[in-house]
Amino acid sequence: MMLAISPLLVPLATALLCTLTLSSPRLQRSVSLGGALALLVCALALLGRVLRLGIISVAVGNWPLPFGIEFSVDRLGVSLVLMAALMLTVTLVWQYSDADAAPASPVLHPLLHGLVAGAGGAFLTADLFNLYVWFEVALICALGLLVQGGALRQLDATLKYFALNLFGTLLLLAAVALLHAATGHLNFTALGEAAARTDTAVMLPLIGMLLLAFLVKAAAFPFFAWLPASYHALPAPVVALFSALLGKIGICALIRTLSGIFPPAPAPLLTMLGWIALLSMLTGVLGAAYHWDMRRILAFHSISQVGYMLLAIALASRAGDAAAILFALHHSLVKAGLFLSAAVIFRQAGHYDLRRIGGLYAARPGLAAIFLLFALALVGIPPLSGFWGKYLIVRASIVQGEYLWAGVALLVGGLTFYSMMKIWLEAFWKPHPDRSWQPPAASRLGPAYGGLGVLALVALWMGFFPEQLMVFVADAATSLHGGAP
Amino acid sequence: MIWAVALALGIVITAGTYLALARDLLRCLIGLALIGNGVNLLLFTTGRLHSDVPPIIGASATTLVVAANPLPQALVLTAIVISFALLCFSLVLAVRLIQSAGSDDVERLRSAEPPAGDAIKPALEEAP
Repeated sequence: MMLAISPLLVPLATALLCTLTLSSPRLQRSVSLGGALALLVCALALLGRVLRLGIISVAVGNWPLPFGIEFSVDRLGVSLVLMAALMLTVTLVWQYSDADAAPASPVLHPLLHGLVAGAGGAFLTADLFNLYVWFEVALICALGLLVQGGALRQLDATLKYFALNLFGTLLLLAAVALLHAATGHLNFTALGEAAARTDTAVMLPLIGMLLLAFLVKAAAFPFFAWLPASYHALPAPVVALFSALLGKIGICALIRTLSGIFPPAPAPLLTMLGWIALLSMLTGVLGAAYHWDMRRILAFHSISQVGYMLLAIALASRAGDAAAILFALHHSLVKAGLFLSAAVIFRQAGHYDLRRIGGLYAARPGLAAIFLLFALALVGIPPLSGFWGKYLIVRASIVQGEYLWAGVALLVGGLTFYSMMKIWLEAFWKPHPDRSWQPPAASRLGPAYGGLGVLALVALWMGFFPEQLMVFVADAATSLHGGAP
Repeated sequence: MIWAVALALGIVITAGTYLALARDLLRCLIGLALIGNGVNLLLFTTGRLHSDVPPIIGASATTLVVAANPLPQALVLTAIVISFALLCFSLVLAVRLIQSAGSDDVERLRSAEPPAGDAIKPALEEAP
């Protein structure tokens, strides 16, 4: 019982402890890192238990279901929680380096843990209103992290993030209210059973509204404007955590809604979702091709990669869901790795804009190799992790007869390769525009390389030994669809 | 009664949308807050509007028929608290933003995303 809700309790307790140790930054740092490691251990223990026993369900407050607030830990939820714990640990280790670290503000650590608690709650909850509450917890912590620093650029980015995401959560709340009015339930299982008895003409607009709210959160076309406006104003460790968590909250909620609660999902909505996925993939990758600031390029790629996950979800099959889950795990890892390597490039070469830097291959060959690893993994070159995600998506599309979708997915892969090679050629291969440039001699980059190394190892493991993971995501999709893995 | 509330809800959401689309930053945020209150009202009304009947299910019945359902009322309390906190945050943010930018025109707040100049390459930014 306690272990099942530990992904909420541990970060919330750590946030509280970090608030109590505000006056002593050194102690706060250690408490924060300790909390992140405890969360990692709990997530691993929870994963082991879910693998042994299947779905663990906890109804809080001793109320019988469907009235109690239920947390249901399944394979999808626990794998995302584990990813969140890993990213939080890497983020906090990164704070010890001097490569674009977040400003040492006393509220940084409580907000980071609060964000992870919000995301963990959203991954595990089985109650619609509770999902809204966790969305809001994550939103307010993200807003707090965005305004850190308080420069005009950050304030402006916060406003854009705030306006669009608030609209998304209000849409979600309205959908929750109307769904409760139509079915009388909020618990996912009870809601699904009641929805099957309700008229489809009533359910279609309500599920559509829910879907729109999640699409705003996932930064899909045409609701993605908040993402490229805000990500580049963040310091590197925070943007790595954001890219690993925020979009995934929306994606996880979408998978649960369409495959878990309301199967079979209404066909018009799935067609709409498929087109949104295609347009997200294309606009994201074309936006990235236009930009020269590394963070903006990577932020636009996040939109394009969200398109891949939406495509897999729009297939509305077990194979599609399995592909979406594998892709979400791969994307969290690799995109965070890319943002963090960009920060090390910035520390070495002095700028995020590709036109102002260069010559890093001769100066820092190790960094060039790590960046290339993440870049090729994002593109999906075999045998790296992205290949398996894209392979599952394209295969499921072709099996279900969606040749156009498969074709666009492959084309976008090619464009992704173009813009990853743009970064690599400009930052590493071409000579530095300033002839007198020398990489900084003294820098404290040990923790940064340590964090990158861990991410690279996990990405390599996903690439070279995908069998276990493939079985895991297939089981996750089966248990979502109500079967026993 | 329900029709009066529905009409009020429509007016609040309409006014909120109108204000949220304004160029003035404060109007925009007040518009979002109004939409939030409209949605809260919607959540409140989903449990029926009866103030004089106690929400007790009789011995012979299995569902609540006439009285208001207390669950949406509990939910809306949570939603009100959250929207109030977000409103406070957004007002402080707006004041800080107007002070540092020297303008409350949303169209001119472009420091996070500069307007596109060249169609081929974006302008070079000085800050890293």
